[in-house]
Formats: sequence, C-alpha cells, structure tokens
Amino acid sequence: MTMNSDAAALGILASRVRFEEKSIMAALDRRGIAFEHLDPRTLHIAGGNSWTGPGLVINREVGHFRARYAASALESVGVVVLNSAAATHVSGDKWLTSAALLRAGLPTPATSLALTPDAALKALDELGYPAVVKPLVGSWGRLVTQVTDRAMAAAVLEHIEALPSPQSHVVYLQALVPKADNDIRVVVVGGEPIGATRRRGDQWRTNVARGAVSQVCALTDEITDLAARAAAAVGADIAGVDLIEDTEGGLTVLEVNDRVEFRGFQGAHSGVDVAERIVDLAAARGVR
Amino acid sequence: MQKTISGAVCPECDAQVGLDADARVSEIVECVECRSELEVKSVEPPLLELAPEVEEDWGE
Repeated sequence: MTMNSDAAALGILASRVRFEEKSIMAALDRRGIAFEHLDPRTLHIAGGNSWTGPGLVINREVGHFRARYAASALESVGVVVLNSAAATHVSGDKWLTSAALLRAGLPTPATSLALTPDAALKALDELGYPAVVKPLVGSWGRLVTQVTDRAMAAAVLEHIEALPSPQSHVVYLQALVPKADNDIRVVVVGGEPIGATRRRGDQWRTNVARGAVSQVCALTDEITDLAARAAAAVGADIAGVDLIEDTEGGLTVLEVNDRVEFRGFQGAHSGVDVAERIVDLAAARGVR
Repeated sequence: MQKTISGAVCPECDAQVGLDADARVSEIVECVECRSELEVKSVEPPLLELAPEVEEDWGE
C-alpha cells in the first residue's frame, strides 16, 4: 500500500454524523489524533494498491451494504477496518448472525430460515405462534412483524412475496421471546464488555430508536461471558450485544450489532466513555 | 448554553437554524420550525440541505 505522508492515519467512515460519530471525533480531537472523515457517498476505492488514505478506518456507516462493501474494498488495499468486513457481513445479516451464534454454542431464540414465503408458512407451523418475521438486513425494529396466528402470517408473507428484491423472499423467522419489552444492551469494545443497560419500552420492540429507555445494568459474570462470546462469534471487535431473558429465566442472545449506537447507553453511564474506549482500541491497533 | 453558529437557513421553510459551535459536516440537525431533518453540508459558511431519507438497510 502506498501511504501519503500528509494523510491522516485514521479515518471515520460515515455518511451521517450522529451522536456516536461526533463523540468519536471529539475524543480524537481531545487526544490530538488527526483523522479524515470519509463519506461513503463520495468514496471510491480502486482495486490494487494505490490507496493514499488512512491506514485504519473506524466503520460507522449507517447503511449496511455501503458499510460492508466499503470495509471489503478498504481491506483489499491494506487498510485495517474496525470492525472487519467479515464481521460487518455476518452481524449485519440476521441469519448469518444466528448461524454464528449457534455454531459457537450460544443460547439464542428458536430460529428458522425459509427460502421462500411458502416455505415460511410451513416453518411457522413447526415454530409455533406467536412468532416474529424479520428482514434479513435492517435495524431499529423496522419491518419486524409479530404474527400471532396462521391467517396473519399468510397475509404478511403474501406482502413479502410481492417485494421486488429476491433477498426479501428469504424469510427469517423467530419464536417470540415472552419478555420482549425488556432487554439488555451490552457494549463490547476490543472484545471486552465495558457496560450494560437495561432497556424498557412500551412496545414489544425495545429499540432506543423506538423510544425505549436505557438504565444502567450491572455486568454480571453471565452477561459478560455471553456478550464477549457473542461478539467473538461474529468476529466483531466493537459490538452492541442484545440479550433477553428466555422462558426459563436464563439469558439468550438476540442480536449483535457491529456499528453499535450508544447514545442511550452513554446517557445512562457516567463512568464509561464508549467513544474514548473505541479510540483506545484504534490506538492499540496502531494509530498514534 | 453552548455558543451557536448563526446564518444557516432551513431549505424547507426558510427558518433560521442555529448550529452548535462544535457542528460537523454530515451532522444531522432538526429545523425548530418545520421539524425537517437537515444535513450540515458546510459549517463555514453554514449550509444546510434536506437530510437523505432513511434507507431499508440502515441501522447499527
């Protein structure tokens, strides 16, 4: 890789600068670490080794596909990306995440992948109702649909069948976890869980984007162990791991988010600074 | 109160929108008048555009 000696050593990849990106940029400024803001909307990366930009990039792109392909292209020219393209590929896809969690022997709700909407109806007969139909890619609880019986499922799947993208016709199904209005978000940086919040919502989806409230949750041994193993299972150095109580009262891993949003977490925690920890990790990976 | 940068105008309703002194390019702000989501295109001079619509694969 050819590096431009005038270029910043670190890049922040983001088309949308939100609380999280701004916090990371402010932490870099406080330490006097020069950085380049890379906007994927204007970014192009030539194959080969002509890259003259930063040698390490923190991937904060909000769009999954842009994040995944940008990470892959940057890695192809020798850039270290946090998280890696492989981690973004897996954790940005609900099925690939479930498969990785199961492979690692981690508890996760009963899940089924159906390759067509027709097959999904049969899968739901086996999974039972109520169940949840989720898009493979997406966040903030968007288009996640709770189906309580076969008639409702048939209607939802008919809508899915009408969607234009072939990927939409691959249907991810999950048993509804009873306490879905109450989950635990664990932030992991450098493989280490650095804190947790309990999120309570007035809906069955507890995304902070849907108005859920975050409160500090103690990091028990069980929470620490599950979160660290879940992040490792998808290969993520930085992650937001969502845990939920299963029917027996144990914890189960619901999701692993590779470009973790931590506004709610940070608002609840005064003793942990997520952005500073991310910058610590970048520094440990070679950025001075 | 944090110092604000004045002079930015909402492209939707023409209202004056104050930017925080630490505003950054690509930051998302909301117009206090019409509630449009706006993107900071430039800090000096302050310039706002309507923020892009949320896409299907957006998230964390």
